[in-house]
Amino acid sequence: MIYLQLFLSFIQIGLFSFGGGYAAMPLIQEQVTAIHPWLSMTEFTDLITISQMTPGPIAVNSATFVGIKIAGIPGAIAATVGCILPSCIIVTLIARLYLKYRNMSVLQGVLNSLRPAVVAMIAAAGISILITAFWGSESVISLSGTSWIMVLIFAVSVVLIQKVGMNPILVMVLAGVIKAVVYIAGNGF
Amino acid sequence: MESKKNVLLKLFISTLYLSAFTFGGGYVIVSLLKKKFVDQLHWIDEDEMLDLVAIAQSSPGAIAVNGAIVVGYKLAGIPGTITAITATILPPFIIISMISVLYSVFRDNIIVNQMLEGMQAGVGAVIASVVFEMGRGICHGKNPASIAIMVGAFIACMAGVSVIYVVLACGAIGLARTCLFRKESHS
Repeated sequence: MIYLQLFLSFIQIGLFSFGGGYAAMPLIQEQVTAIHPWLSMTEFTDLITISQMTPGPIAVNSATFVGIKIAGIPGAIAATVGCILPSCIIVTLIARLYLKYRNMSVLQGVLNSLRPAVVAMIAAAGISILITAFWGSESVISLSGTSWIMVLIFAVSVVLIQKVGMNPILVMVLAGVIKAVVYIAGNGF
Repeated sequence: MESKKNVLLKLFISTLYLSAFTFGGGYVIVSLLKKKFVDQLHWIDEDEMLDLVAIAQSSPGAIAVNGAIVVGYKLAGIPGTITAITATILPPFIIISMISVLYSVFRDNIIVNQMLEGMQAGVGAVIASVVFEMGRGICHGKNPASIAIMVGAFIACMAGVSVIYVVLACGAIGLARTCLFRKESHS
């Protein structure tokens, strides 16, 4: 029963991937190329590329991609539901406990120490995105290798969000459009 | 507070919209959820949002999915969770379904590539703005331990320590702090 196999495979991916994003990648690879012969390594690499270029978490994108390839839309649904089911149960339970017991002093103490750490984690993720944006995915940081147009787009975006108060999604789309326009102006079609 | 149906509808539209435009991983959608539900709608306060992010971050699964679940649950219970998660899953599901058919054309399009590259800089700016606001909140609290944790966690993350360990360690520090403080006030 292929739907059940897809469902069970992606439940494991959903359950054991902590830390988000690329943390799930090795798990997905193991499930869809090694344990089950669903994708070749080339197809798997293509899948990761697609995930980078489109919205949505890698695990959810993979579930849809693999599901469709193996068993059409119903397969994609089975895999996607499997992938999010562990999150649904675990996160709802924790959220329930949090909303009920958050006034306890012990939990307050723990949360007071977690809040600064969350800010730090978001900052670290932001910096790695910017390093990729400014110096490319090889991440050799040097003055000559800097993409100044990206630095400029970043600076303009910060001003638009912080000073002008523009909608962040609009700013993101605008950043993409500026880059494409600069490329066309420099290279033609 | 607005009627429950209205809350669910707004929750669905907001999460759908955020999910459809969120490139570049879970932290981006978490930043956008904060902008939407804390700054714009004022449905969740800032400290509570940080706690919800910590839950989303330290549970298994994708951060974007977990973030939608906690926000949905906080706003409208189980129906809120189902609403938020459906809205979060729908855009990638539809987009990947279409792309799996058209992949090679999409990949080789240089204009699409350039746009996606430029969007990285925009994403970086959104995150920088959120970090700035949240970090300022922590510093205004004038608690040296909180500031030390923020700096320490930042260094650990940049050094490549797994976020699970960072979350566990900071939680343990908080637990120790609470217990020590209690003993002092008892004696």
